[in-house]
Amino acid sequence: MNVTITVNGREASHEIEPRLLLVHYLRETLDLTGTHWGCDTSNCGACVVLMDGQPVKSCTILAAMCDGHEIRTVEDLERDGKLDPVQEGFHERHALQCGFCTPGMQMTARALLDENPDPTEHEIRTAISGAICRCTGYKNIVSAVRWAAEHEAATKQGA
Amino acid sequence: MQTPAPFEYERATSVEGAVEALGRLGAEARIIAGGHSLLPMMKLRLATPEHLIDINDLTELSYIREDEGMIKVGALTRHVELLTSDLLAQHFPLFRDAEEVIADPVVRNRGTIGGSLCQADAAEDLSAVCAAAKAFVVIRGAEEERVVAMDDFHVGPYMTAVGAGELLTEIRLPLFPGAGTAHEKVERRAGDWAIAAASAAVWIEEGSITQVGIALSAVGMTTIHLTRAEELLRGQAPSEELYAQAGAIASEDCSPSADGRGPIDYKRHLAGVLTHRALRRATERATGDRT
Repeated sequence: MNVTITVNGREASHEIEPRLLLVHYLRETLDLTGTHWGCDTSNCGACVVLMDGQPVKSCTILAAMCDGHEIRTVEDLERDGKLDPVQEGFHERHALQCGFCTPGMQMTARALLDENPDPTEHEIRTAISGAICRCTGYKNIVSAVRWAAEHEAATKQGA
Repeated sequence: MQTPAPFEYERATSVEGAVEALGRLGAEARIIAGGHSLLPMMKLRLATPEHLIDINDLTELSYIREDEGMIKVGALTRHVELLTSDLLAQHFPLFRDAEEVIADPVVRNRGTIGGSLCQADAAEDLSAVCAAAKAFVVIRGAEEERVVAMDDFHVGPYMTAVGAGELLTEIRLPLFPGAGTAHEKVERRAGDWAIAAASAAVWIEEGSITQVGIALSAVGMTTIHLTRAEELLRGQAPSEELYAQAGAIASEDCSPSADGRGPIDYKRHLAGVLTHRALRRATERATGDRT
């Protein structure tokens, strides 16, 4: 079947098998390997991307279901050579070691800040409760998201 | 890599179209909404439908509204909407109790109430929630639309009153005075399936229980409707002693199996404790003693 999906602002059409999962469409058809393929059972959150602005687990959505929809992946966070505040926060607060969970964590955090620019620690922990990190624990990730929230607010005030 | 077996995919553009497609494509066709129950089953090849009918475009099935003395919830309403609905929390706070502990926020963006009820996994929370709330479901077929009480909805493991060629379209929650509801769940870790969960609804007028619903998750082959405990409570004045008796019935009438989540005697104990707690909290909400 043919699908037309807008990924990171670029609309493209591809002939796919209906059973192709979104995560494999992104990684194999589009070669966007930033989205990680983890547990395959919607538990780990490594594959989180934004679908029409909402975080979703791309291992549990068919690419066919995304026909006509907008997907945003981790590759779209950096724009014009400038890192997203969430990415900067992960750098500043050392919120990753192996990096496997990072794309999903960052997209989940991006969606949280889009909806709630000043989340409490509890709200951050709730938002990322569907994402598993096996290296750092979550303290530095929460700290990174707070860093991003604070710097985004400061940038907006300065602008 | 887990990949579903091949199937044909089509999108419904209307409820009538979805029902027509179910009839046209026959027994090997399945409806897909959020897909967070069906796709994992298909990846494990526990489900191998030949056709999927995607109903995600049927936004007319996504709503929570008060109408004709009841709260009506469209089948395509997603978990996140059930969690954040103030209307639902006002009249049936057990939905928010349950939704706070169903999966995680990202999964809740996709999964739907209709999908949860039709999957009818015995460990799933909303089936017990709707059973306790004495809900009705609207089921659309090619010829007619029927309304089925939750008491008659669960017909076996993973089996519901929704028949071949039929689509569940709406959940109806009748509003009666003096309502209080609560859902209590114990899980191993955040977002997990329940070890056991209990849903309770009481309607209290002039100091006595006029109607009551109690249902259990994860402690049997299906959602367990605790009819024996409901009969005990109906017409009585609410009390701790009575609720302890209802808990004892819950421990007796459930049929858990031993697994990684715990042995049988522990789960029976938990069913009793959670039933007691759910009834206590539902009563507090009904009588305004605490929220």
